[in-house]
Amino acid sequence: MALKIKQDQARFRDIVRGRIKHNLKKYIQKGEMIGKKGKDFITIPVPTIEIPHFRFGQKQQGGVGQGDGDPGDPLSPGEGEGGGQAGQAEGQHTLEVDVSLEELADILGEELELPRIQPRGKDRIVSTRIRYTGISPSGPESLRHFKRTYKQALRRQIASGSYNYLRPVIVPVREDRRYRTWRQVPLPETNAVVIYMMDVSGSMGDEQKEIVRIESFWIDTWLRKHYKGLETRFIIHDAVAREVDRDTFFHTRESGGTMISSAYKLCRDMIAADYSTSSWNIYPFHFSDGDNWSADDTRVCVELLRGHILPAVNLFCYGQVESPYGSGQFIKDLKESVGPSENVALSEIADKDGIYGSIKAFLGKGK
Amino acid sequence: MTEKNTSLPAHLYDIRKKVEGYAREYGLDFYETIFEVLGFDEINMVAAYGGFPNRYPHWRFGMDYERLSKGYEYGLSKIYEMVINNDPSYAYLLRSNMDVDQKLVMAHVFGHVDFFKNNFMFRHTNRKMMDQMANHATRVRRYQDRLGVEPVEDFIDRCLSVENLIDYQSPYVKRRADPAPDEEEKRQVAHGFKNEREYMSEFINPPEFIQEQQRKLDEEQARAKRFPERPERDVLLFLLEHAPLERWESDVLSIIREEAYYFAPQGQTKIMNEGWATYWHSKIMTERALEASEVIDYADHHSGTLATSEGQLNPYKLGVELWRDIEDRWNKGRFGKEFEDCDAFEARRLWDRKAMLGRQKIFEVRQHYNDVTFIDEFLTPEFCIDQKLFTFGYNEKHQRWEIVEREFKKVKEKLLHMLTNFGQPIIAVEDGNFENRGELLLAHKHDGIDLKVDYAKDTLRNVQTLWRRPVNLVTKVEARGIIYRYDGREHSDKKIDL
Repeated sequence: MALKIKQDQARFRDIVRGRIKHNLKKYIQKGEMIGKKGKDFITIPVPTIEIPHFRFGQKQQGGVGQGDGDPGDPLSPGEGEGGGQAGQAEGQHTLEVDVSLEELADILGEELELPRIQPRGKDRIVSTRIRYTGISPSGPESLRHFKRTYKQALRRQIASGSYNYLRPVIVPVREDRRYRTWRQVPLPETNAVVIYMMDVSGSMGDEQKEIVRIESFWIDTWLRKHYKGLETRFIIHDAVAREVDRDTFFHTRESGGTMISSAYKLCRDMIAADYSTSSWNIYPFHFSDGDNWSADDTRVCVELLRGHILPAVNLFCYGQVESPYGSGQFIKDLKESVGPSENVALSEIADKDGIYGSIKAFLGKGK
Repeated sequence: MTEKNTSLPAHLYDIRKKVEGYAREYGLDFYETIFEVLGFDEINMVAAYGGFPNRYPHWRFGMDYERLSKGYEYGLSKIYEMVINNDPSYAYLLRSNMDVDQKLVMAHVFGHVDFFKNNFMFRHTNRKMMDQMANHATRVRRYQDRLGVEPVEDFIDRCLSVENLIDYQSPYVKRRADPAPDEEEKRQVAHGFKNEREYMSEFINPPEFIQEQQRKLDEEQARAKRFPERPERDVLLFLLEHAPLERWESDVLSIIREEAYYFAPQGQTKIMNEGWATYWHSKIMTERALEASEVIDYADHHSGTLATSEGQLNPYKLGVELWRDIEDRWNKGRFGKEFEDCDAFEARRLWDRKAMLGRQKIFEVRQHYNDVTFIDEFLTPEFCIDQKLFTFGYNEKHQRWEIVEREFKKVKEKLLHMLTNFGQPIIAVEDGNFENRGELLLAHKHDGIDLKVDYAKDTLRNVQTLWRRPVNLVTKVEARGIIYRYDGREHSDKKIDL
């Protein structure tokens, strides 16, 4: 049976794709569906259109929640945003389920129509990796799934009446045992390194960093799906550059000026020292608000890119995060100088909604 | 017991019969309930249609459907239970669910239907809404056949933009005075120019002139009368009655309005209703229906229903805990003057008069309360602490959401504010002939929270296309009075003193 609603769905998709009803275009929002990965919240890009209503500005409103914590404690990211909205849902009820990172990457790839990455080098060795994908009643003891076995035993004991809640001893018998089963997945034996560079000068605010954080999470997820070993390195810079760990990367705030060339120099040295071009796929990502110290420094940057970085890497990506202080000049300079190169992706990210578009610009090249 | 319900597979039919029997034994009083077993894409469709198998064509149903289907495909969420307020009531079961889930859902559904049937908020709702929705769909389709899909859909978009501007209390109170039996207003009489010589009067004040003057006076007086007489909260009704809409337009607008009024009580009793259904499914399941082999799956799914997360209240959890608290208090006699006046901590904690009025009390409460009055009357400081309730807000300095307070009064205040008028701003038609130019003036009753300005402006634009003449909205932004105006071409605003 063809469902009646398919027509409505087709119309909705046409609106989102911009084929009809352009007046609604500005109400299209992205990144709505929230899933949970362990303790992290992740959103899956599902476009929605919100018809404007008279409603309250959210940040003044707040709401009521439930749980531990003292006044002043922050809520987990992703919480609170739906605050205060007494929905008009008609007594329907949904259940949240966990998703694995791998599935997430698939979802991302499907939503953004990302091509599979073609690793460099013809002599790609393909190895196989084991993935545990299911549960079976037989298998080696070493793969026994404790929780499922326990649950099965508990179920049997309650059903047969031998469960005593005063003395809750659960004894699994042979039939209760459950084992993990696996599948072999082919995996190209190639390594990749992502070098993240970020401008931490005063003009990059918390919101800008949050954008970088979200974007780097997705980039990691996607690349990890395609490479066996994925290394990540982090470089922060203001007027000078240094290598840091992940945590420092996202939480440092300096106040100095900005010399982008310092980061590019360090990146070049890093590649030269640790990553030989023949055995590594190299992905430098640079994020800044587009403010550079001087035109001279920009010239140095372009030379570094042309002479050293671009020939060595799979893809060089530059993401310019919009900030109220930045002039946004740098991306224009790059566009003019190295823009046409095949392994350069440039993208401007206006706000959080711009993240998916930017990921698509970066990873859509299939490099 | 119903024989109509043959679509149900035999084993579910048996389960249903049992669960229904238990529900009746506990005293639940519900309409005949028809269960349909659907596959996931059908259930997603019905859910997108708000529980109905047939709605008018509109893209937003497609949007909801897409979101639900994606959630299901990617394993993020699935619809568990759905029921509509109708007589007979319809409820949907997901085919792939385990039997224990179906049992749970049925018990839950009987709780909902009991609530629909007995709670006062639902008294006015159309219990044949299933048919009515289908009629609406037919009417809208007919307009689309005649005028084309696009214009009708665009018009619906605009109506939806203002669908929340209804008077949520109007079904329960009398707002407008009955048309008075033509209470004689003192009509002002035109006297013409002053004239002492009577023989000249025919020349100084000829009858035509007097008539003309009289007409002007009357007009003036009519204008001075306020329009509407008092601020009209049901903006949709006002537009229906006074905006120059085409026949089909006013029909579509009245459809949107009718459906909004139909769904409103469900939003206004969300906490009570979900809590009530959860209370009963847990009672029926744990005391009667559950078989030993099903305990674990039941416990697993039941706890999933009641899971809380920091930034969002779970109406199931809050509701069921409140119902249980009420039952417990009335069983122990923890109410009334004597209990209220007792301030010995230990005596209060151990207070138990064995009143055993709990069951009776909760049935009474489910009849006469809605979320606002429910929380207002039964939320206690002890409950607030037990349930770890807090208020949260946005900290501009840290740029993050933070827990603000745990104090009972503040939590209750915030909760009530979220529930009042649906958590939406109160907006009424102040003047239908603003500045004597036939413009519309809407007024936002500001209670401490500003409107989202960009949304407000866009909504204003939609109102203008319905009203045709320029429209205005008076509100406050950052504690200063302001009037936003849209005249059909451009927006403007102007500061005013309020």
